[in-house]
Amino acid sequence: MNAARLYRTMRLIRRFEERAIELVRSGDIASGIHPCIGQEAVAAGVCAALRPDDIVLSNHRGHGHLLAKGSDPGRFLAELAAKDTGIDRGRAGSFHPSDFSVGVYGASGTVGHGAAIAAGVAWAVGQDSDRVVVSFFGDGAVSQGALLESFNLAALWQVPVVFVCENNYYATTLPADTAIAGTVTGRAEAFGIPAYTVDGQDADVVLEAAAGAVGRARAGGGPSLLEFSTYRYEGHHTFERTMRLRYRDEAEVARWRARDPLALQASRVAPGERERIDAEIETLLDEAVRYAVESPQPDPLDAFDHLYAGGMRVRAGVSHA
Amino acid sequence: MPKLSYAKALNRALSDEMARDPSVFVMGEDIHLALTQTTTGLLDRFGPQRVVQTPLSEQGFTNFATGAAMAGRRPVVEYQIPFLLLLVIEQIANQANKFALMSGGQTRVPVTYLLPGTGWRPGWGAQHSDQPYSVFAHLGVKTVIPATPTDAYGLLTTAIRDDDPVMVFAPMPALGIREDVDYADLAPIPLGVGLVRRAGTDVTVVAVGHLVHDALAVAEELAGEVSVEVFDPRSLYPFDWAGLAASLERTGRLVVFDDSNRSCGLAGEILATAAEEMRLDAAPKRVTRPDGAVVIGCAPGLDLAVQPSRAQLTNAIRAVLKS
Repeated sequence: MNAARLYRTMRLIRRFEERAIELVRSGDIASGIHPCIGQEAVAAGVCAALRPDDIVLSNHRGHGHLLAKGSDPGRFLAELAAKDTGIDRGRAGSFHPSDFSVGVYGASGTVGHGAAIAAGVAWAVGQDSDRVVVSFFGDGAVSQGALLESFNLAALWQVPVVFVCENNYYATTLPADTAIAGTVTGRAEAFGIPAYTVDGQDADVVLEAAAGAVGRARAGGGPSLLEFSTYRYEGHHTFERTMRLRYRDEAEVARWRARDPLALQASRVAPGERERIDAEIETLLDEAVRYAVESPQPDPLDAFDHLYAGGMRVRAGVSHA
Repeated sequence: MPKLSYAKALNRALSDEMARDPSVFVMGEDIHLALTQTTTGLLDRFGPQRVVQTPLSEQGFTNFATGAAMAGRRPVVEYQIPFLLLLVIEQIANQANKFALMSGGQTRVPVTYLLPGTGWRPGWGAQHSDQPYSVFAHLGVKTVIPATPTDAYGLLTTAIRDDDPVMVFAPMPALGIREDVDYADLAPIPLGVGLVRRAGTDVTVVAVGHLVHDALAVAEELAGEVSVEVFDPRSLYPFDWAGLAASLERTGRLVVFDDSNRSCGLAGEILATAAEEMRLDAAPKRVTRPDGAVVIGCAPGLDLAVQPSRAQLTNAIRAVLKS
């Protein structure tokens, strides 16, 4: 993996979300978003260790995961704007995006509960292939019993899954040190799962750790857990911009901003190459924004589409008889 | 003709589908020894990769099945005891049942949730005798409740082949029912297609699950007095509203016999829909479990006092005929 490719992925995530926040302000993205700005090195580094046919299960802060796995920025931005041309036809929005064409099997909104889904995917694909599954979750998830159940099942049956904890130190507003007894890695180690705490602000370090865990899973060595130490520069959700919640100390935010993963990765790319990448991404995102804004809303007459895979129609909420 | 029991019909359907389709597998607790008899013989025939015995980890393995389903498998998840469903409502209704929608049709989650023993277990206390099918119908999860061995075979087969999550409730009191069957006649039964178990002209009794047999017995007892039509919906969601409407066109009177709690139970939905949309010549009635706790404790006599009974159904039929 060369430095320029990692930089491009991270720059794409950063600028995609900055453009998405503009669309939140203009009202084009009604739901708001959970930005991952500041955490780009984790998504980029982990997904760089994967093959195109490997699989990712994301969470509510998942834009980086999809973009790093190869989702089309235009169709993804259209999904955030809940348009019919979005990846999920506007049925997922920012909260639950999936993109099966690049191996992203969805984002559970129930914190910590996606990990067992990931383990099930891994169990199934592991029986007739060497594909690997990555399950992303945050520090909030490690207090969920369901996460520990998924560690148990994954370890018992040695499924090819890599559990990735993006520890950004706050579950919404709750500081991790007031929520987590023991450690994140200790939870996995209790089930015999190798677990490591890794710097999540350096994409090279992330990639190296991920390559080890992915290689182990691919070779039949079973699950691992990687806890990446990282930080979100924005609020939990864009609604926080109107609230002034003050749960994070300004000096702490400044300290983490000084370790900006994008700036670090930029320093590893020649200036000319960087300018070329930046310009390419701006052009790509200009087109993506235009596509998202100009695409049609889903037709209300199609509101029941996809409720059931088998196409079953449901009764309306009012009787016409 | 051979006699087929309800429990054996479930086992046969599962075995036939596993033989027919290698993507089908079963997972659950104590299934290697077939504690519920549903999986008898399957471990020897199909091996541990397709008969996956789980730890006591219901939320974990329910989500695990969702993942396996999105990766192309057709899991059948067995829960020994109905209250376990209350532990996994989120995993079924909010995860498995929403991925088709949330992905805009990119994926499907063909999981079957099999409950071989729902409803009252004499003396088993407050936590082992639930009958929560109305909850899943309310949440929009496809839900069936076969009354006979033939239907148990046919509806479980259809559930496994369906591309969406499907709940299969097998009522405890029905598990021992045996039926003369020609194995060649066993076949999938479509969802949302009810069956008139007994034709009649004076009143339609909609009976659910094992209560179908009680309704047929009451209809026979009252044969000299009133002509009772017994309608078995078989599938609760989707529900055969057209089949019910056709029956009410013939009878104009309705009693629903339902093992749900009274408030927000299936019977209430059936009465409401009939009142809004169908022919009714008299105010309808329902015979259900009471509100609130559905089982009082460990004294069978105490429990029986609150179960829907044949005597209550008889009274309800007579009452709707008078009005």
